[in-house]
Amino acid sequence: MPILNIVNKSPLERNALASCLRIAAPGALLLIEDAVYAATRGTSTEAEITTALSKFRIYALLPDLQARAVADRVIDGVATIDYEGFVDLVAEHSACQSWL
Amino acid sequence: MSEGITKKFMFVNRTAPYGSIYALESLEVVLITAAFDQDVSVVFIDDGVWQLKKGQQTKGIETKNFSPTYRALEGYDVEKLYVDRESLAARGLTEEDLLVDVVVMDADELGKLMAEQDVILSF
Amino acid sequence: MKFGIQINEGPYQRQASDSAYLFCKAVLAKGHEIHRVFFYHDGVNNASRLTEPPQDDRNIVARWSKLAADHGVDLVVCVAAALRRGIKDENLAPGFRISGLGQLVECGIQADRLVVFGD
Repeated sequence: MPILNIVNKSPLERNALASCLRIAAPGALLLIEDAVYAATRGTSTEAEITTALSKFRIYALLPDLQARAVADRVIDGVATIDYEGFVDLVAEHSACQSWL
Repeated sequence: MSEGITKKFMFVNRTAPYGSIYALESLEVVLITAAFDQDVSVVFIDDGVWQLKKGQQTKGIETKNFSPTYRALEGYDVEKLYVDRESLAARGLTEEDLLVDVVVMDADELGKLMAEQDVILSF
Repeated sequence: MKFGIQINEGPYQRQASDSAYLFCKAVLAKGHEIHRVFFYHDGVNNASRLTEPPQDDRNIVARWSKLAADHGVDLVVCVAAALRRGIKDENLAPGFRISGLGQLVECGIQADRLVVFGD
């Protein structure tokens, strides 16, 4: 059973997402807090996510997208979930790793 | 209450020492986890590799130099220390610069190791 | 399923405590159990009963206390981190208790999943 990787930093500010994508084994990636900007179209890091979709199932937390006014620009292939979906993801994976 | 259960704990260190408390706290939890007879791995990635740099002198910042503790880990049966090869290279470091023996790993090896863990704590 | 939660950041400065709280509510709503919430590093500041946010803001500390009162959630504050930051029994909010790092490790062992919220 693969693990769930959680990232909470904007990829334009810190390297947490880049390190996660480089190191983590194929599995799932959940973007929360400031990391939801990584899930949006048109940023300079968009290609990192579109490329990573072949290795990870990628999710973004909808309440965090909505709070930041970017829920309407989520990259195709990235699924949006609420907190209950977050709980389901944790339960469905063998462990989770927060790339703080 | 926890007797008889052995889980795989991995400590992922991605922060430099002294600039924040995480490196020091990570060592604390590693030692306590070892005292609970758990299977402990410690991984150094990104600026976390600076924690292992030889020659730390902290007198001038009036902070305790905790780097000797990494060499003492073996005495607590914490022997699985892994360093990300790319993070070392990106900082101009080689194994010669590190104050303790480690296993240097490629990203995909580290990723596989992470995927085998039961509990992953990030610092 | 039993969940363990670790919180590394204090209230108000970062989103970590808010995210962790909403996650805990969802864990309970889905019928799971929370084995423990462990407050570590600056996260111990979530336990100060002297906290007084403006009236139009959420009360993060009171929210945790209510979660403990309503659902019996075990809120544990790391003793070493707490004493460093002036969090003691006399200013501890209801529902929190101060204990050692062993409680975090025990939580990692006993819970089915451990989720870390921090910065």
